[in-house]
Amino acid sequence: MTDIRTPLVEMRNISIAFGGVQAVDDVSITLYPGEVVGLLGHNGAGKSTLIKILSGAYRMDSGEIRVNGQHVSITSPRDARDQNIETIYQTLALADNLDAASNLFLGRELTTRLGFVDDGRMEAETRKIMARLNPNFHKLKEPVSALSGGQRQSVAIARAVYFNAKILIMDEPTAALGVHETAMVAELIHELKKQGLGIFFISHDTREMMELCDRVAVMKNGQMVGTERVEDVTEDDILSMIIMGKNPKAA
Amino acid sequence: MTDQSQTTSSKTISKRSLFQSLDLDTRLLGMIGAFLFIALGFHMITGYRNAGFGLGMLTEGTFLTPRNIFTLTIQTASVAIMATGMVFIIVMRHIDLSVGALLATCSAIMAMTQTAYLPQLVGLPLGHPMIPWIAIIAGLVTGAVIGGAQGWLVGYQVIPAFIVTLGGLLIWRNVGWFLTAGQTIGPLDPTFQLFGGINGTLGAFWSWVVGIIAAGAAALLMILNRRTRASHGFPVKPMTAEAIIIAASVAAILGFVAILNAYALPERVVQRDFAAWGCEVAEGCTASYGLPISVLLLLAVAVVMTVVARRTRLGRYIFAAGGNPEATELSGVNTRLLTVKVFAIMGVLCAIAAIVASSRQTYHTNDIGTLDELRVIAAAVIGGTALSGGIGTIYGAIIGALIMQSLQSGMAMVNVDAPYQNIVVGAVLVFAVWVDIQYRKRAGLK
Repeated sequence: MTDIRTPLVEMRNISIAFGGVQAVDDVSITLYPGEVVGLLGHNGAGKSTLIKILSGAYRMDSGEIRVNGQHVSITSPRDARDQNIETIYQTLALADNLDAASNLFLGRELTTRLGFVDDGRMEAETRKIMARLNPNFHKLKEPVSALSGGQRQSVAIARAVYFNAKILIMDEPTAALGVHETAMVAELIHELKKQGLGIFFISHDTREMMELCDRVAVMKNGQMVGTERVEDVTEDDILSMIIMGKNPKAA
Repeated sequence: MTDQSQTTSSKTISKRSLFQSLDLDTRLLGMIGAFLFIALGFHMITGYRNAGFGLGMLTEGTFLTPRNIFTLTIQTASVAIMATGMVFIIVMRHIDLSVGALLATCSAIMAMTQTAYLPQLVGLPLGHPMIPWIAIIAGLVTGAVIGGAQGWLVGYQVIPAFIVTLGGLLIWRNVGWFLTAGQTIGPLDPTFQLFGGINGTLGAFWSWVVGIIAAGAAALLMILNRRTRASHGFPVKPMTAEAIIIAASVAAILGFVAILNAYALPERVVQRDFAAWGCEVAEGCTASYGLPISVLLLLAVAVVMTVVARRTRLGRYIFAAGGNPEATELSGVNTRLLTVKVFAIMGVLCAIAAIVASSRQTYHTNDIGTLDELRVIAAAVIGGTALSGGIGTIYGAIIGALIMQSLQSGMAMVNVDAPYQNIVVGAVLVFAVWVDIQYRKRAGLK
């Protein structure tokens, strides 16, 4: 808590309500370069909602977002992308009927000088990044509906990595994956950390969190229960924070 | 050793692997096959009626004649033009039930502009060279505005497209009626009538010019495409396969022109005004219709819409939004504005179809375009557009329109009673979609 560097992301006193339900209630959270912060909590605790405010999918009712110490206004997914914030959604957010390259570049297509989409170049770039992320990936020309869960996930991750994200939001990226593919994601997270990215990581798996994250933040009923460095807490501490909504260390 | 086995295997490419190396679109082949099956069927039935059982079934048939093919193409043009737009609408998981009615309103506006508004209100004399063009622009703007407005209701106000366009069907059918007081308006401007089919054709010479340019462009595009793929190091088809496909495409284009050019004007019509057809004496003077301008317009629409679908961001977003609307929205695409654009495109295409339909009958009639919404949707669906969204092709919709029209006019030619005609068309629609679903299952597509 005594970090003197400027946080990569600072969300201050964020609140949002949906039809009378306070989904996120005065929550503050920070993320430093090269750090992985895990967000934990029950379904409906407000993790995804908080993160969707940062990624531009929702607009907060009140609060402030700072990136590199600068106040920013994020009101659409495009705004978030302009701040180099990339999101890998729980639901993968791929268009099933399009191929990997079209999905990777969706919303940011490479174009020729005449303004037409340049499928050749996009396919070439996709081949390059896929060779790095998932060397077993060869189905470049097929709709992503024909791909396995892991392959689809690597398309979603490639999308975030390709555009030089500084801040990466991963909403249950391993929920649909097998053991081998989960290990691949873990490896990727370590690599991205080394490159100085900041990562928000949402998961239900406390053990996975303890392994991958530097700090964990626990939410309950839209409020922040507490943020702790993983070295300072046990898995049981975290579980009791999730269930009881109380920080055992604060008590 | 390995070298040797490779050379022998490449030398002995079997017919099967050569066919596979063509990497053809099986669905396109299937649709063309279905069309040929229908055409050949009607040809042989008419041939049997004319000449009895035997070779005469092929030589005496009246379906696959230049004259009938010419007629088929001009009958198909209006519905096919709208069907290309319906592909975008259905791909985005919407529907447009108002296209026939919108066609009627656009047609009414254009007819009234050239026969009443401009001559009476603005004072341009009838026959003024600007009249048809102002009328066409008025029609296109009307289509774009009405289509865009319906798209705004669907995209921004989140009213289901089914409801918006069902309302539109009633509204625009009767706005057209109101504008013309239910009267038949015409005759339309002679220049305007050129878009109607038989009243405006290119003649043999210019048809060949267009055909040769189109064939050359098609070949050039395929060669350039191959080069681009090769330059990125992507796998390309073997040279022979590529050559076969190019040759087949060129042959198809030039063959189509040759067939249309084989349909000659009636002798008496030519001899009445032989000088106009480039003859010095009336005897032996022949002229052919060639490519109708309406068909040329359809082909131009098809090319533009295909380029939009495959080579522009707009097209990419339309298909992405059909596949996964939320994902597209999260990728920073304004899907609501996209909906407005797609419906506006549909509106413009209704106006273009209105030009073709009204000039073909040389008058605007009150019932123009009635039931076209069903024909247009059926054409798109027969052509493989999935109502669940995300899947569809422009060429498919055009072939779908051609199949529908072939069935209809073929059955009329063999004197099938009207109720049976509609029963067959209805059954074919359901059957075609069933075949498509089975095909997708087999191919492992969704």
